Amino acid sequence: MSKLFSSENKEVFLNPLNKNNPIAVQVLGICSALAVTSQLEPAIVMGLSVTVITAFSNVIISLLRNTIPNRIRIIVQLVVVAALVTIVSQVLKAYSYDVSVQLSVYVGLIITNCILMGRLEAFAMQNGPWESFLDGVGNGLGYALILVIVGFVRELLGFGTLLGYSVVPQWLYDHGYQNNGMMTMPAMSLIIVGCVIWAHRSINKEEK
Amino acid sequence: MEHMISLFVRSIFVDNMIFAFFLGMCSYLAVSKTVKTSLGLGVAVTFVLLITVPVNYALQTYVLGPDALVPGVDLTFLAFILFIAVIAAIVQLVEMIVEKFSPSLYAALGIFLPLIAVNCAIMGASLFMQQRVQMDPAVSSQAIGGFGDAIAYALGSGIGWLLAIVGLAAIREKMAYADVPKPLQGLGITFITVGLMAMAFMCFSGLNI
Repeated sequence: MSKLFSSENKEVFLNPLNKNNPIAVQVLGICSALAVTSQLEPAIVMGLSVTVITAFSNVIISLLRNTIPNRIRIIVQLVVVAALVTIVSQVLKAYSYDVSVQLSVYVGLIITNCILMGRLEAFAMQNGPWESFLDGVGNGLGYALILVIVGFVRELLGFGTLLGYSVVPQWLYDHGYQNNGMMTMPAMSLIIVGCVIWAHRSINKEEK
Repeated sequence: MEHMISLFVRSIFVDNMIFAFFLGMCSYLAVSKTVKTSLGLGVAVTFVLLITVPVNYALQTYVLGPDALVPGVDLTFLAFILFIAVIAAIVQLVEMIVEKFSPSLYAALGIFLPLIAVNCAIMGASLFMQQRVQMDPAVSSQAIGGFGDAIAYALGSGIGWLLAIVGLAAIREKMAYADVPKPLQGLGITFITVGLMAMAFMCFSGLNI
């Protein structure tokens, strides 16, 4: 048991959350990060789906890594990921239909999410299943973290709500406060992600 | 015919792959450093879209759709696996054909072709096509009702993507001379630039064709 939670494994798990964040540092998987974040709830669901899929595809590919012929490995990886995405998409349709409608094609686009292919190629092909699992969960959560930050800012400023509950008190509206409709537009998510990256880089530079 | 033209123009300006749906963002940000390479990638994406979307359209209409293959059977849930397999296979095929018949084009596209298999714009276009097949052409200007529509949509999306990446590359080439705060350099400022470009493209959303 102690081996399972060694400091190396802890590193594997924690690194992608901050220092090596898939979105802010490696710039992977941006497409879906931008499109689903106009509200907090789809952002959370998307983050969790990606975490589940990265973790399990990492485990499966890591188990298969010695049997996959090198030349067709991309197709094998794509098929494994596509099968997992199909399962997740069916589960979403069954248990939270509204969110799955909101996410529309972006659930399917998890297949081509660069985080998945990047982790499979760079980590799961060389490492054992348990390390790969931790790496997948870490990267998925690192991705979810940015999604939640962007979704939080956009829903708060754009709709004055969080998870559908209104949090901006009425007296503010009475004094002339208005929701910023601009925040609900796709263009603003780009600018917010740009600012998140800016903040992330200036904080991490101080640490060095 | 009229519907095809409107679909084509809409998919370039209004439903732009990058600015409205953020598809193909990873390669969009990574390869847009110079105009020349970004033009190569843009052409390659347009080319692959032009082949994969009609093929996936045929797959959707004759195999996957409700009652298409066997009456009473709806295979739509298999779409992800089939589409991605078609895309990966076609990219491989296109690569081999281009290498054989036009080595100069192959050299120009170079490393971009294999990368396109995992470009979300390609998969995204196929998935949007699947959604739009279910719309009614008489009501919605986004509906895809036949092969011609699918081709017009694919070409428009590809050109829209090309336009976006070449525009960003041109801005980034100029921005090399600008005095940007250190932590914002590179990725951060690129995101903000794309955001401003997307805002400019929002003006087209009122376009009524």
